[in-house]
Amino acid sequence: MKARISYSKLGKIRFTGHRDVARIWERSLRKAEVPVAMSTGFTPRLKMAFGLALPTGAESLVELLDVTFADGSGVGADEFDEIARRIDTSLPVGMAVTGIRECAPSEASLQEDVVATTWVMAIDASDVGDRIDRINQSNEVWLERERKGETRRDDIRAGILQLGFLAPEHSEVLPSRWLGESRGVVIEAVLTTAGRGIRPTELVEALVPGCEPWNHLTRVLRINQWIERDGERVDVLSARPAHPQVCA
Amino acid sequence: MSSLWPRLEPLLARVRKPARYIGCEDGAASPQHGHGKVAWLLAYPDVYEVGLPNQGLQILYEILNERPDAVAERTYAPWVDLEALMRERGIPLFSVDTHRSADEFDILAFNLSAELVYTNVLNMIDLAGSPVRAADRRPSDPLVIIGGHAAFNPEPMADFIDCAVLGEGEEVIGEITEIVREWKASGRTEGSRHAVLRELSKVPGVYVPSMYEVAYDGDRVRGITPAYPDVPELITKRTVSDLGQWQYPKRPLAPLTEVVHDRLAVEVFRGCTRGCRFCQAGMITRPVRERPAEQVRTMITEGLKRTGYNEVSLTSLSTADFSGIESVVTSVVPDPTACGAPTVSLPSLRVDAFTVGLAAKVASGRRSGLTFAPEAGTWRLRTVINKLITEEDLYGAVESAFSSGWSRMKLYFLTGLPTETDVDTEGIVDLAAGCVSIGKKYTNRASVTVSVGGFVPKAHTPFQWFGQNGVPELRRKIGLVREAAGRAKGVHVKWHDPAATLAEGIASRGDRRVGAVIERVWREGGVFQEWSEFFVLDRWLDAMAAEGLSSDWFVTRHRDENEVFPWHHLSAGLHHDFLWQDWRSALAEAGLEDCRWTPCYDCGVCTGDGLEHIVASPVAPAGGSQGTGQNLALGGSVPISLRPKSMVTS
Repeated sequence: MKARISYSKLGKIRFTGHRDVARIWERSLRKAEVPVAMSTGFTPRLKMAFGLALPTGAESLVELLDVTFADGSGVGADEFDEIARRIDTSLPVGMAVTGIRECAPSEASLQEDVVATTWVMAIDASDVGDRIDRINQSNEVWLERERKGETRRDDIRAGILQLGFLAPEHSEVLPSRWLGESRGVVIEAVLTTAGRGIRPTELVEALVPGCEPWNHLTRVLRINQWIERDGERVDVLSARPAHPQVCA
Repeated sequence: MSSLWPRLEPLLARVRKPARYIGCEDGAASPQHGHGKVAWLLAYPDVYEVGLPNQGLQILYEILNERPDAVAERTYAPWVDLEALMRERGIPLFSVDTHRSADEFDILAFNLSAELVYTNVLNMIDLAGSPVRAADRRPSDPLVIIGGHAAFNPEPMADFIDCAVLGEGEEVIGEITEIVREWKASGRTEGSRHAVLRELSKVPGVYVPSMYEVAYDGDRVRGITPAYPDVPELITKRTVSDLGQWQYPKRPLAPLTEVVHDRLAVEVFRGCTRGCRFCQAGMITRPVRERPAEQVRTMITEGLKRTGYNEVSLTSLSTADFSGIESVVTSVVPDPTACGAPTVSLPSLRVDAFTVGLAAKVASGRRSGLTFAPEAGTWRLRTVINKLITEEDLYGAVESAFSSGWSRMKLYFLTGLPTETDVDTEGIVDLAAGCVSIGKKYTNRASVTVSVGGFVPKAHTPFQWFGQNGVPELRRKIGLVREAAGRAKGVHVKWHDPAATLAEGIASRGDRRVGAVIERVWREGGVFQEWSEFFVLDRWLDAMAAEGLSSDWFVTRHRDENEVFPWHHLSAGLHHDFLWQDWRSALAEAGLEDCRWTPCYDCGVCTGDGLEHIVASPVAPAGGSQGTGQNLALGGSVPISLRPKSMVTS
């Protein structure tokens, strides 16, 4: 039996990295005494499969992982709420379980399945609005970027699926105080994760040419992850709390 | 109070490993500051990953936060990238718990486990907004206290600290808190700083350098004497008599990011009476005090549950010597939890087959490497340093390890030891090659890595009189080892930079005059001196030259019986005569047995302090020669045999 779990990562804990989060989950599952299956081999590990890595420093309302329960543990979907509650108590401040559902063995892995994510970004720079218009009107946006130590010039325009100011209806899903604590213009973007993907910092470089992105990106939050079914973008796991806990 | 978090937060995405600075660990306290409370900022002068696992700091953090009149937070050395941004913006040193500015604390207490961190201490005092020299501090500045092993010769730091605490902190921190609380209540008026320091100087184990005068005879220290009649002439270390009374940490810190010892740690005993003559830790932490086995089990079970770790490290200076070791280990291993059975790690393995058997019992899954520390290449030299391991012990241990599935061994050695000849140095490779040939019987992949460090004589040890080898001599010896290893298949060599060994020598046995050198090195930008990418020996040599000091005098010079050491007025409980006799015995190549299981030879610690060893078993744990160098049978309970006394007194 496998479960797909979504969780939020907000506040100070956003400065932990992807590897840190994996370790935090390992310890939290053990603390919660969840009967997770172990991998075989010399160094047995808990069977967990994480979705797309969240950049260190970014927050999220929808991080995802799949957890496989041990054979013979007899965990059924009816216990999911109870398990989610136990994990939630074990997670550190700033991380909270926001949803859980059964994951069929036939379902594609999160890494393969997710095609795009929605970001809300606070950018402290001038002329961001003009720059958004220009990107939306052009057919190509060239950017030098690094992957695995190699610098390449790429056209990232096709990967910017949507770009604009924060939609009013989305300001309601933001954690309380989030807007208050962020400086600058708040924008919203849907960026592809397929292929080489586009990072939020790369979008900032496109919006503020020649900048050091983290000097301008004062806050960044992932609010959605999308998969494609029958040609339509759908939410991977829609459960979301009204008021996620924030590490003060 | 104001949190510095809003000013720090925008910087964190721009620096490496920002999780170092956020706190929020499992086990972190929720510090409540308030009127009438003494606020301690417990500082570790190295990066978070190195400092967080420090058990001493975790223990004091918890004990202080349990007191109604104290509150404690933690801080670590910010890495150079964040430090640059902090200085640019005028952000002071901060606590990781509530991101409070260091200048809002009453005490800035540093844990010093090594000497090369001294420049980081100065840097952190400066970042805290306090004058680095104690004499320049105002009543509003925090008191700067140091503790830990390096505090046993605090003289090089004398100008920068207000107090040094010798020995274990569990009890004395309460006494310090009470005096500082009164000082705080009195309003910390102008001139009161001297009065509170004078009061603190009367607390046993607390040394206040500004209350003492040092007299010199040319380059020699003639004496260190109290400047006031009510200040004690001799300061003796503090020792907790029963470890069982101090079940700490109860809420071990489990960090959100990876640290150097990323597992639960449970301290099984303190002190070590193996009597290795080079080992400062063994000399200054006596006597042996074991934690009751039942309490060890409780701390393991509760610690694992609380942290979610699945690995526990049983810590001490020689864990296989713990009386309850087998029963503790077996009680942990077959207890699978929901997410796999926990594993036990045993640092500081003793060199014998019994110990390897124990290691085999606890090692689950991949058996990659085992580490042993024979320390010297020949039996002769091992009798000098009193690490009485025979070749049979080592080969027995290694045979046992290879036959249980390990394929790589690491052997630790010191070079530059007293009386060491090239035969001893090259003997290092002979031993390693012997281990490889045993391994080849079991696996083609058998390899042995030899790790060679230059020996630095330390205060309060029998080798404190010894003149350290200089850089060229250490380089030559390391060259001998590398050359010999080039001819031996399967032997690899790693070595410690002899230049850093020299700087460590300057700081280890230096006197007050070395303080100016440390300050110069720091002002020239020499921070993180334990990190090879930041260490530059010329900074130290230039600073010595500028102060008119000679590294030959402080480092490579042999001392004679009449030497007045800079730590003459500080005591780890060891009689001067015992240390001198043990030094003479070393030169006569005479070993000394472990007094835990044999009659007392009166080193001075137990008799002077009214303490005794607390050991659950009257006999040594089974196996090997038990560090007696004698051919004792393997397995079973073997009472330790005495070496004839005549061999001890030369």
